[in-house]
This record gives sequence, C-alpha cells and structure tokens, in this order.
Amino acid sequence: MSPKHSKSNDVNPILTLLYDKTFRSVVYQILVFGGVFLLGWYLVGNTMANLESQNIATGFGFLEREAAFGISESVIAYSPESNYGRALLVGITNTLKVASIGIILATILGTLIGIATVSKNWLLRFIGVTYIETFRNIPVLLQLIFWYAIINRGLPNIRSALSPIEGVYLSNRGLYIPVMADHPAWTWVGAGFIVGIIGAIILRKWSLKRLEATGHIFPHLSVGLGIVVAVPFLVWLVFGAPTEMNVPAIQGFNFQGGARMSPEFTALLLGLTLYTTTYIAEVVRSGIQSVPHGQTEAATSLGLRSTWIMRLIVLPQALRVIIPPLTNQYLNLTKNSSLAVAIGYPDLVSVSNTTMNQTGQAVEGVAIFMTVYLSISLLVSFFMNWYNKRMSLVER
Amino acid sequence: MTENTNRARPISGPVLNRSLRWMRDNLFSSPINTVITLLCVYIIWNVLDVIVSWAVLNASFGAAKEACEAATGACWAYVHDMWRFLLFGTFPADQHWRPLLAMVMLTSGMLLSMNRRFWSPWLAVAWIVGFIAVYFVLRGGVLGLSPVRTAQWGGLTLTLVLAVVGIAFAAPLALLLALGRRSEMPLIKVVCIVVIEVFRGVPLISVLFMASVMFPLFLPEGVSIDVLLRAQIGIIIFQAAYLAEVFRGGMQAIPKGQYEAADSLGLNYWQKTFKIILPQALRLVIPPTMSTFISLFKDTSLVVIIGLFDLLAATRAAVNDPMWRQQFIEAYVFIALIYFCFCFFMSRYSAYLDNDLKKSTSH
Repeated sequence: MSPKHSKSNDVNPILTLLYDKTFRSVVYQILVFGGVFLLGWYLVGNTMANLESQNIATGFGFLEREAAFGISESVIAYSPESNYGRALLVGITNTLKVASIGIILATILGTLIGIATVSKNWLLRFIGVTYIETFRNIPVLLQLIFWYAIINRGLPNIRSALSPIEGVYLSNRGLYIPVMADHPAWTWVGAGFIVGIIGAIILRKWSLKRLEATGHIFPHLSVGLGIVVAVPFLVWLVFGAPTEMNVPAIQGFNFQGGARMSPEFTALLLGLTLYTTTYIAEVVRSGIQSVPHGQTEAATSLGLRSTWIMRLIVLPQALRVIIPPLTNQYLNLTKNSSLAVAIGYPDLVSVSNTTMNQTGQAVEGVAIFMTVYLSISLLVSFFMNWYNKRMSLVER
Repeated sequence: MTENTNRARPISGPVLNRSLRWMRDNLFSSPINTVITLLCVYIIWNVLDVIVSWAVLNASFGAAKEACEAATGACWAYVHDMWRFLLFGTFPADQHWRPLLAMVMLTSGMLLSMNRRFWSPWLAVAWIVGFIAVYFVLRGGVLGLSPVRTAQWGGLTLTLVLAVVGIAFAAPLALLLALGRRSEMPLIKVVCIVVIEVFRGVPLISVLFMASVMFPLFLPEGVSIDVLLRAQIGIIIFQAAYLAEVFRGGMQAIPKGQYEAADSLGLNYWQKTFKIILPQALRLVIPPTMSTFISLFKDTSLVVIIGLFDLLAATRAAVNDPMWRQQFIEAYVFIALIYFCFCFFMSRYSAYLDNDLKKSTSH
C-alpha cells in the first residue's frame, strides 16, 4: 500500500513526499498550530480595537484604585475605601473559607455515609443509597438557591428566632452560635494543640523505627491522640480553666454576642456540603470495596487482631484508591463555591463580577479569577502526582 | 455463625418464614445491628412523616389559590398555575405546541439513541437533521411559523436544548481532544493538553462569564453572536475537556498488543482508531461517560447566572411573583423532581448499558 517502501524510481517524488509519515505529521502540526496562532492573533486584534473604540482602559492599574463598594462579610479588614486589589483578596479569602470548612464537613459526612452503604444492615444501606441518589441528582445550584430561600423566606425574623438548642438561634438573618468568651488562655490552648500534633508525629516516627528495629508494637495512634488532646487540656487547666461563654442575645433589632454565620454563607456551606458528600461517599465506598476480602482472611489467618487488620491491612490499601478521586472532589467543591454569586455570598467570582461592572475591565477581571482557580487546580494536581509516585506499589 | 447455617438451608416453607429469616439475617443479626435498625426506622419514620404530611396529608390539591389558605402543607395549586411557565418560559402562549414538539423530538431522539439496535452512522445523520428541525420549530420564520427570538426560549425546553445539543457536540469534540492528547505529534499534543487542563482547572461559571462578558470583545465591531449560542459553546468545550480525560483513560487501558496487532495488519491510523481501539475503549468507560453527561445536564442550570431563562431561572422568576410568595418550596421541589427524574433515569441507563455490554462480550 504505502509507496514509501517501494524503491522503484518511476514513482513521482512529490507523491512519495505526500505519503511520508514524518512529512505529513509536520504539515498537520503546522496547520493546527498556525490555525490556533492566527485565531489568537485575530481575537487579540479585535479585542484591542474594541477596547480602544469603547474607551475601556487596559492593564491592571485599576487594582490600586478605590473600590467604593461594600462587602457584606470578610475575613480580613476591608472598607469601601480600600482598593480593588484588597477587594479581590477579600473574595479569595472568602472562597477559601467556605471551601475549607465545606471540605472538612463533607469529608466527615461522606465517610460516614460511604461506610453506611457497605454496612451489613439493609436499612442503613438503604438510607445511605437514598441520600446519595437524592442529593446527587439535583443540580447543586438549585440546592443552593433552595437553602437560601428557606433561610431567607422560610425562617422567622429575629424576634421569633428558632432555637433548637439553648444559645443557638436560627433566623432569616443567619445562624447565631455561642462561642467562648475572649480570654488569653485560648491562644495558648491553640498553640498547645499544634505542639500536641507535632509531638504525635514525632512519636509515630519513633515507634515505627522501633518496630523496624525490635518488632515491638507501640500503640502510637491512641497515645498520639492522647497527646493531641492532653496538651491543650493541660494548658487550659494552667490558665485556670476559663469556661465563660459569649452567648448571643437579642438586643434591640439584632443579636449581640456569639458568632454569626450569614444566611448566604450558611446556605452555601449547607448546599456544597450536602452535594459533595454524595460524591465523597461513593469514593469511600469504592475504596473500601476495592480491598479484596482475601486480604482480611489472610490477615486473620496470620493471627492479627481485627483492629490491626483494619489499620495495617485494609486502610492503607483502601486509601491508595480513595485519595486521588477524593482530592478531585475537594477541587470540585472549591470550584462549585463560585456559584456563591447566585445567592450573593461575596466570593472571588462575585467580587470580580462587581469589579468588572464598575470598571468595565472584563478581560482583566475574568483573567484574575481564572488564574486563581487554575493555580489552585495545578497546585493540587502537582501534589497528587507527587503523592501517587510516593504511594504507588513498589513491586519487587 | 448462625446466619451462615441459615443461609445454607434451601429456601422453602411459607413466605412468612422466609421473610422472617431475611429480617434476621439483614436487620437483627447482632445486638448492635438491632440498635442500628431501630435507629434507622426512627429516622425514616420522622423524615417520611415530614414529607408525607407536607406533600400529601396537609396539602391542598385544588386548582384555586383560595383553597391553600386553609392548608398547612403544600399548595399544589401553584404548580397547576405555573407549569406552563416552568416548561416553556416566556415563549408566546399561543405557540406553546412548538416547544412541546421540540421537547418531544429531543426526548424521543434520546430514547431511540439509547437502543443499541439503532447505533449506526445513520444515527448521527438523523441527529443533525433533527437538530435543524428543532431549531426551526423553535425559531420559526419558515413554513408560516411566526419568528420567536432565542431570548424568548425558556423553561424546561431551553434546559433540554442546552443539554441534548451539549451532549451531542461535546462527545465528538472530546474524542478529538483525547486523540490529540495521545498523538505523537508534539505541537498538536501541546494544544490539546492546554485546552483540556485550562478548562478542567476553572469553574464552569467562569467559562460562562467569558462567553457572556468577554466574548463580544473578541469579535470585530458590528458582528455579534447570540448569547444562547455562546453559552452553548462554552458548555460544550467545558464538558468536552472532562470527557476527553474519560476517553483517554479508556484508551490507555487498551493493551499495547492491540495497537501493535492493528499496525501489523496494515491498518492506517483512522482504521486502527475507529475499528480496533475505540470500540473497546469506549465500552470500558461507559459509567464515567454517563456521569459526565449527567453533570452536563445538571450544569445547564448555571446559565441562570448569565441571564438565560432555563428551567431554574423560570422558577426563580416564578417564586418572585407577589401572589405566590409563600409557595417557593413547592416550586423548587417540583423542578428538583424534574431534574431528578432525568438524572436518575440516565444513571440507571448507564448501569443497564454497562451490564448489557459486559454480558454480550463475555466469553
């Protein structure tokens, strides 16, 4: 078929060239890349012309200008006098705030439901599967809007706020919860917690080394956990065990004291958590099911105790399957938090949107938030590649 | 241990005995299990109680709004009043048969395509003809149909158009991207990797913002593309990037021997790809492919943010009607059920197809 291999001289040299694999591949690539380049050239040219004719400024100079719009909630200090750069930073921190709390809650709930779906109890399995099928098959945006409408319209006003637990108030102005009153002890308790974690990590290293050297097993998990709890507890005792709480109470037209979660934040957190939980539960379920039953049987016949079988045999193998898709779900939750713009939570996209409307600099606005999300995604995927390399089975 | 001996016994005896045994094995096998079962019954009872008493027992089913005043539960008169708006959006009321016809065409096309007997190149041709027909049925301007601007398309009709067109065009584009990413030509590979990774790295909403806010700046003055088309293209490219990775996963799972065998038979690249590799690779990735399609269907709801009037947007507008301000729960539950039915059906079909193909290819 291919003239490339025929050595006779009567073949047209141009035809030979046309059928040559390398030549063809070079031509295809030049065509595709040239097409992409020309398209880009054309679009950029048009954009420049349009921006000029519409008198829209270009460049990122606007970041230094005064933003002149308020943001309803913020982790860092912000006022309308701050500049656009600061406003976008507020957006980023708000995104990270809702994403990190959502990830923690969704992981806990997802693990519980994932375990429920592999339970021996038929009813428990039924509840798990029903939960997953219901919340997974309804668009997350609809869920967000629904929860927001429930809080905003369905809940009573502040005067008749619901109080499911003493000190916790739920009204159309958000969720109010009691927090510990300010006391210098709490900073040190936090420091003690970090010290405890570091101590537990050191203990684990030591006990694994000892296990390798002598074969003696040290219960590093329970002792480590004990250290993490005991150190901050001792610090708390040393400071005289302060127990004073800052409980929200109605004063005038609003609650005073306590911590407030705005309706937007509550709805966003609730929606994202309930939705992502279904995916995490599926990930956990498939992880548990991926460990063949023979592994458990083999471990039992070696005489391992059932807690050790879980910890030393099943979990390490299940985690290898679970972690990559789990990270993917974390990323999805972070990306889905951009839907906040629909219910008015000031996340990155929503702040960028306001910025774009005020300055007219749509190109820069979209570029900024796309860059932020892209950097988060790429960072996480680099971490995943590193993790996969570390965890992949080393076959001998 | 007792449960094992029970199971080994052949199933016989009256039904009551059998179900008792089933209950003992699955619900009351141990004290902990019994506690869990009772707890589950308690939870299910409470949830059912809330749902049933709201949706059925305390609800009013009359078509008149006045009946709702007395009811403490759901007011289904709302749905009775609003279903046309939710299904067709702001499409001219005397022309509602047109979006209805379009929806019937789209759903029946989907149902027919699900049947393996119809899988042939002709199906693609039929779809293209079908899309053109749907477009003209909705847009009008031919055969004496009055023209309707795309801005007036709405409700479930728009959601279905976005989803079905999205699926039909995302799949071939994804195939090209996946093949490009596996290609041996470095420049093509780089272009495909950049497209895939960029679109997978950003939220869909930013792609939609780009389509709605940024894209008009890209075009020369005086030229404009309909915002619906722009959003549709955004959705297609975004989901194609995800689907491309699914397809690539399938192709990577095909043993190298298959490629080498195809080469040694003298097949060229396209013959090798379409006759040897893809039929095996796509079969492997049916579940993730279908879940990408389900995502696409759910994600069409995001167009509400750039101002298109899909099912969710219509509902949002409907609950702001001052006459029905308290009935927002009914409205959202109603469309949640619509979304649920479509997505659940798709996921069941995915499981069925996966099983069916496994059965037909097992030796």
